[in-house]
Amino acid sequence: MGFKLVILWTDVVLWLMLLGLGAYVAHVRRDPSLRATWGKVFMSGAAMASSVVLLAMLGVTVIDSVHFRRALPTQGSEAIAYDTRTESLLDLALGKLVKSREKSYSAPLATHGFVKETIPPKAGDKPVLDEHGVPLPPPRAHPRLQHGGAGLADPASEHLPDVLARLAAGTAAGVALAGLLRLALRRRLDPEVPQAWSSAWWSAAVLLVLCGWAVALSWGQGYHVLGTDRTGNDVLYQALKSVRTAFVIGSLATLATLPLALVLGIAAGYFKGWVDDVIQYLYTVLSSVPNILLIAACVLMVQVFLDKHPELFETGLERADLKIFLLCVILGVTGWAGLCRLLRAETLKLRELEYVQAAVAFGAGHGRIMRRHILPNVMHLVLITTVLEFSSLILYEAVLSYVGVGVDPAMNSFGGMINQARVEMSRDPIVWWSFAAAFIFMVGIVLAANLFADAVRDAFDPRARVVRPVKRAHAVPR
Amino acid sequence: MLNYILRRLGYGLVILIGVNLITFVLFFTVNTPDDMARLNIGGKRVTPEQIEKWKAERGYDKPMLYNAEAQGTARLTDTVFWDRSVSLFLFDFGRADNDSAGDIGYQIRKRMGVSLKLTVPMFVLGLMASVIFALWLVMFRGTPVDFWGVVVCVVMMSISSLFYIIVGQYLFSRLARLAPISGYAEGLDALRFLVLPIGLMLVASLAGQARFYRTLFLEEAGKDYVRTARAKGLKETTVLTRHVLRNAMLPIITSAGAALPYLFMGGLVTESFFGIPGLGAYTIDAIASQDFAIVRTMVFLGSLLYILSNILIDVAYTWADPRVRMQ
Repeated sequence: MGFKLVILWTDVVLWLMLLGLGAYVAHVRRDPSLRATWGKVFMSGAAMASSVVLLAMLGVTVIDSVHFRRALPTQGSEAIAYDTRTESLLDLALGKLVKSREKSYSAPLATHGFVKETIPPKAGDKPVLDEHGVPLPPPRAHPRLQHGGAGLADPASEHLPDVLARLAAGTAAGVALAGLLRLALRRRLDPEVPQAWSSAWWSAAVLLVLCGWAVALSWGQGYHVLGTDRTGNDVLYQALKSVRTAFVIGSLATLATLPLALVLGIAAGYFKGWVDDVIQYLYTVLSSVPNILLIAACVLMVQVFLDKHPELFETGLERADLKIFLLCVILGVTGWAGLCRLLRAETLKLRELEYVQAAVAFGAGHGRIMRRHILPNVMHLVLITTVLEFSSLILYEAVLSYVGVGVDPAMNSFGGMINQARVEMSRDPIVWWSFAAAFIFMVGIVLAANLFADAVRDAFDPRARVVRPVKRAHAVPR
Repeated sequence: MLNYILRRLGYGLVILIGVNLITFVLFFTVNTPDDMARLNIGGKRVTPEQIEKWKAERGYDKPMLYNAEAQGTARLTDTVFWDRSVSLFLFDFGRADNDSAGDIGYQIRKRMGVSLKLTVPMFVLGLMASVIFALWLVMFRGTPVDFWGVVVCVVMMSISSLFYIIVGQYLFSRLARLAPISGYAEGLDALRFLVLPIGLMLVASLAGQARFYRTLFLEEAGKDYVRTARAKGLKETTVLTRHVLRNAMLPIITSAGAALPYLFMGGLVTESFFGIPGLGAYTIDAIASQDFAIVRTMVFLGSLLYILSNILIDVAYTWADPRVRMQ
């Protein structure tokens, strides 16, 4: 069966970013001082635990970033046509969740739908009459779900045991995998080494058990672990798809601020004089416009642009992808002022130092001094800002989606899920599971990113002093 | 001092001109007045006469940036850009592109009070609460109270403000029925509607601010004069409030002052969530209906306030730290 690879804009950038990350890791391993500083980051248990979570989410993002379109079955010698639906490897892995679509809402692990339906009378049944001989309307009840718990003959009695059995199986699998991991890591977990690796193992173990539950509960004729939404789509699937959106926004938009901030910030601090005045004027103008309005204006522009140029994309997904790509560019172009200001101040300080004076005396050109002597010494600021921005941008995406200038509504995102949940929360009885799913995933990612960012800042910022007393390795209870 | 403020105001004017140029170019390069007219008149068949009439009513019927037909300075002044900019700088905002939104100046005057009633208590109470919370954490520094306080702060920071609003509305309005879910009333009744949004936004912003202030206080608390104050036998509370807080004032003013321009805009999201008819809700509606006249006005006012509050911050520095001199 044929397929056609679809290369989306954000895919390309994500893969390039991964390559860049790999190159950076290689660079860090060679450079002793960088290696020592990163070593300090990973000494912290919180940083290790959160990087495990972030790596797991990155994994989801990566397999969700290989897109293709299946070939449609053709008759004879026709040209091959491709499905209009673009899928990713993640869709393939979660094929079961995609296919098991219900009619409408259903609660997590439910066997029956959430919305009552009229049950049509079976053919041959006599209509039920009331005392006047008028046929009663057919009874309304919660319908059985097509997929959720479909294997149960009598849901009332078999439901709970089945769920418990699946939970037990999931726990067993998760614990077994965690045990194997522990064996593999046993050298790292030696008593001599601080507790960082141990907390990494604990968070990996928790993740594995959670995955075990999710897989066991939805395996075969299983359930919708986090329920289904209004159109009957699995909420767990939506949440996993939203992870990529969050990562794209968080990383791409931060990346997009870098070129402008780096070039302008260093140039302003290095050249001073009129260059500095112009650049300062630029970023003061930019930062004096209320950020959300500027973004809204740009997004409205992009919308008009996309409507006028339908030839740029073939499918709906490509359009949504182009939109999120442009949104990241917009966030980058409107958000460089803060970092630029930091870099300018730092460069102003650095250019007066002896080693820069020495470089000038040796006859090094402006470009060379900025690239080789100043840039490496402001990289810690760039790194700290980048990791701090990551989590705030994920939170920002939800607000932007609420205002209506976020990602395309067709694209799964946490902002979209929260937006939908607003209506669902005002139903009676409430539909809480989409909201809860978005909450859990979002807090998980943002919390991990925040903890990781804190550790990076503590290690890289020369001004940040460790307030907590450093625990000695052998004093740690194991 | 007066000289300094005047010079800053002059620079602010130059910045405002830049802001105005940016927004003008942003809005009108993609959406020409013809497009806007078609969008706002609505309907499938829009005659050219209708478009011309719509444009003439709102003064869009001139060239955009440069009038080639006019003579002398009129080449620049007889344009849409000039007309619109001058009227903005004179605070004459004209009418909205969309007929239902009405006269912008009137709407802003009407809604400003509502927004301020929401945001001023939010700002003052939020600042007080986070400073007190941060001081309290610093008082217990090095103990489990401090550690767990920071943990709670980090967790609360990782939760989107939308979650606080939705959960708060559900808990306090639907389950406990303590406050109305949304809406607004004039006079004293307004309090009933404002309690919940103010309280929720307070909680949502508390963690991030308190954690930032805590680091500021800790930095000060390690300095020599604090040790001296303690050695004199002052109580810990006195040390914290009279010495540490006073000296950490500058960065607090900077960060709190950055929020000032948004007081006027109202909580953009808060207002539309709670159905409060302030400027934030007005702006969001304008974005949704693509009403560029309103958005442009709000951008202008927002930047004006940003510039003014920056000057205000500098003046506040001299008050907080007598060593600071204006030059």
